[in-house]
Amino acid sequence: MIAYLIRRILYAVPILIGVNLLTFALFFVVNTPDDMARMQLGIKRVTPEAIEKWKQQRGYDKPLFVNSAVGGTDKLTDTIFWQKSASMFVFDFGYSDDGRSIGREIAKRMGPSLAIALPTFLIGLIVYVSFALLMTLFRATALDMAGVALCVLLMSISGLFYIIGGQFVVSKLWHLVPISGYAGGADSFKFVVLPILIGIAGGVGSSSRWYRTIFLEEIGKDYVRTARAKGLSELRVLFTHVLKNAMIPILTGVVVVIPLLFMGSLLTESFFGIPGLGSYTIDAINAQDFSVVRAMVFLGSVLYIVGLILTDVSYTVVDPRVRLQ
Amino acid sequence: MLDSRLRGNDEGGCLMSFMPVVLWSDALVFLLLAAGIAAAWYVRRREHLLLPWQRVAHNSVAMASLLVLSLFLAVGLLDTLHFRMALPQANGGEKVYSSEVLSVFDKLVGPLRTHTEKTYSEPFALTLYAKESMTDAQGNVARDYPRLQYGGAHLSDASQRVEDIWKRALAGGGLGLLVGLLSFYLTHRKLHCASGCDRAVSIATLILTTLIGAIANLAAVYHVLGTDKVGQDVLYLSLKSIRTGLIIGTVTTLVTLPLALFLGVAAGYFRGWVDDVIQYVYTVLSSIPSVLLIAAAVLMMQVTIDTHPQWFDTAASRADLRLVFLCLILGMTSWTGLCRLLRGETLKLREMEYIQAAQSFGVSSLRILTRHIMPNVMHIILIALVMDFSALVLAEAVLSYVGVGVDPSMISFGTMINAARLEMGREPMVWWALAAAFGFMLVLVLAANLFADAVRDAFDPRLNRTESKA
Repeated sequence: MIAYLIRRILYAVPILIGVNLLTFALFFVVNTPDDMARMQLGIKRVTPEAIEKWKQQRGYDKPLFVNSAVGGTDKLTDTIFWQKSASMFVFDFGYSDDGRSIGREIAKRMGPSLAIALPTFLIGLIVYVSFALLMTLFRATALDMAGVALCVLLMSISGLFYIIGGQFVVSKLWHLVPISGYAGGADSFKFVVLPILIGIAGGVGSSSRWYRTIFLEEIGKDYVRTARAKGLSELRVLFTHVLKNAMIPILTGVVVVIPLLFMGSLLTESFFGIPGLGSYTIDAINAQDFSVVRAMVFLGSVLYIVGLILTDVSYTVVDPRVRLQ
Repeated sequence: MLDSRLRGNDEGGCLMSFMPVVLWSDALVFLLLAAGIAAAWYVRRREHLLLPWQRVAHNSVAMASLLVLSLFLAVGLLDTLHFRMALPQANGGEKVYSSEVLSVFDKLVGPLRTHTEKTYSEPFALTLYAKESMTDAQGNVARDYPRLQYGGAHLSDASQRVEDIWKRALAGGGLGLLVGLLSFYLTHRKLHCASGCDRAVSIATLILTTLIGAIANLAAVYHVLGTDKVGQDVLYLSLKSIRTGLIIGTVTTLVTLPLALFLGVAAGYFRGWVDDVIQYVYTVLSSIPSVLLIAAAVLMMQVTIDTHPQWFDTAASRADLRLVFLCLILGMTSWTGLCRLLRGETLKLREMEYIQAAQSFGVSSLRILTRHIMPNVMHIILIALVMDFSALVLAEAVLSYVGVGVDPSMISFGTMINAARLEMGREPMVWWALAAAFGFMLVLVLAANLFADAVRDAFDPRLNRTESKA
């Protein structure tokens, strides 16, 4: 298994190089730094000097790939590609437009993001699976039909509605929790409870329906008939046989997002004023802070690949037949 | 801009002359429409392809949703026929066209577009939302709610309002119902629909015609869904948003469909290094969280558009090109899923006996791919197409909120929600624009979801089996 993991990690390297090249092409080749400077400075203040100054402040005043002005290894290292893109492999993200270290900012903002994303994920998973099991238990009855109809309705509602509606009812009408904001420590509870609840509610429709499909597929298999023939109760069949066997398809969709929880949710965090990575990204997008967006793209893909590897590992945990080699 | 500068007939006077404008997105929509009609014509003549569609046709929920969808589609299509009016003053014989791009839909709902008030007003309101200082005939200044310029302007007394609304709603609704019944009577004499399929559909038709009749009659003199900050009718904005939503939902999948189909099938069929390369490409693309990739790409697109203002002759063509780019970017992030599905299916298909038979007969790879493999993966494409639609419509709203969606000047559900969201804090609350945007989106997405489910059930052989067992 160790050998497998090492191979998977090595396999991740070319993919990350690809991501890196793609973002590099997107940010520096499609538009030259001059274009970016012109856009950020606005129409009025565009002078050649201003553009040069803007580029120099951000270190964009170098050649893209090969710097022929200097000698030795500097030929390759004193370029935009080396300093802005390749440096990300050692998680050196450089500085944002307001002069702060992006790496330090990310470390600081992970906590609040996780405080929302982790409970949403865990409680959500339990709720969705239970709801789906309930529908499976009452399959092909009016109750199941109503459940499916409810799911389709819930998944047809925009995620924005859950957030805006939830904020309005719970915070503004009932005054149960503050509308937005965040505090560290024990005080954080009243700030995070509503985003968590809304996050869970927003996913009920699509997730529960998806799990129900998985369970229904399992329940048509022969081993379930055998279990029933043994005289096991339907509940026992569902919880010990079907649930366990449905673990593989469930894990496929679930484990991969665990590392991405660090990134937080763009929408929730910006609506609730949570100082996490999601709101960091959205602020960067609105301020057109290219270096932050680039850093988040790279971080996101690293976490996604970690998620893929974790998924494979999780298979060995739930299914003894799976051996990684 | 794809701009066929045809001159309208000049002799009809200034009012009649116009210049048709074909924006990029319009061209794509026409292309899609043509492709759709061609596909329908092709399927019609082939029994085995028609069969699953007949299964869809027997699903009453699906047909009712299709009815709703086609209504949305009609609005969207009318809104796609664009033109520019000629300005009344002839500039030394040279015709000058207004820089404002209008659509046939704008002309049809004329008063809705032109009846703009000063600022917010509630649905069916006679007065503005905020008090203003007014000077009456005697010169006294009083603070009161001013009457709307258009909304309910025909009423002399505010107390007649409720009665008038009911009267107009009933008259319009009644007329709509009558039209519905009449069209029913005419079609039923011709078509002999199987007993089960038409009850839900007919009820849905009648409800829809009644509703449309009532709303159309009311919208002529009231702002049925209120007005927004700059006094535009919210009903008009909602209807205009439909086109944006439809384009995002359909064009996105279709522009990248050839790519996904070609690469997915090639990877599955040729395997070896072709497979490795294609897998590498889609793993790289799909490993970037999609919102971030979209955000990065849109940011860069904005830079390109901002630094090349000479590409666009009107604000509409600029907003439109941004919409098309957005579709492309969304498609770039979503084709990987479809590509992976197609690759998997092709891997399975290439081991089938009929493919091996074709190979041993010496049929060329290209011919095997086009004749034997592609027709057998079409159901996957169709299912992906209809399933993605609703997700994309919902995504548009979220992206516009994040600031990487459509151009802020383009009317869409996302921009409507974004504008209305800022007014939540007002007292009393301005709720109608939000409610309208969410309501229209819910109806569109719900209908699309229900229809997509029916299509999937009819086309997915695997699902059919498990459903019947359960």
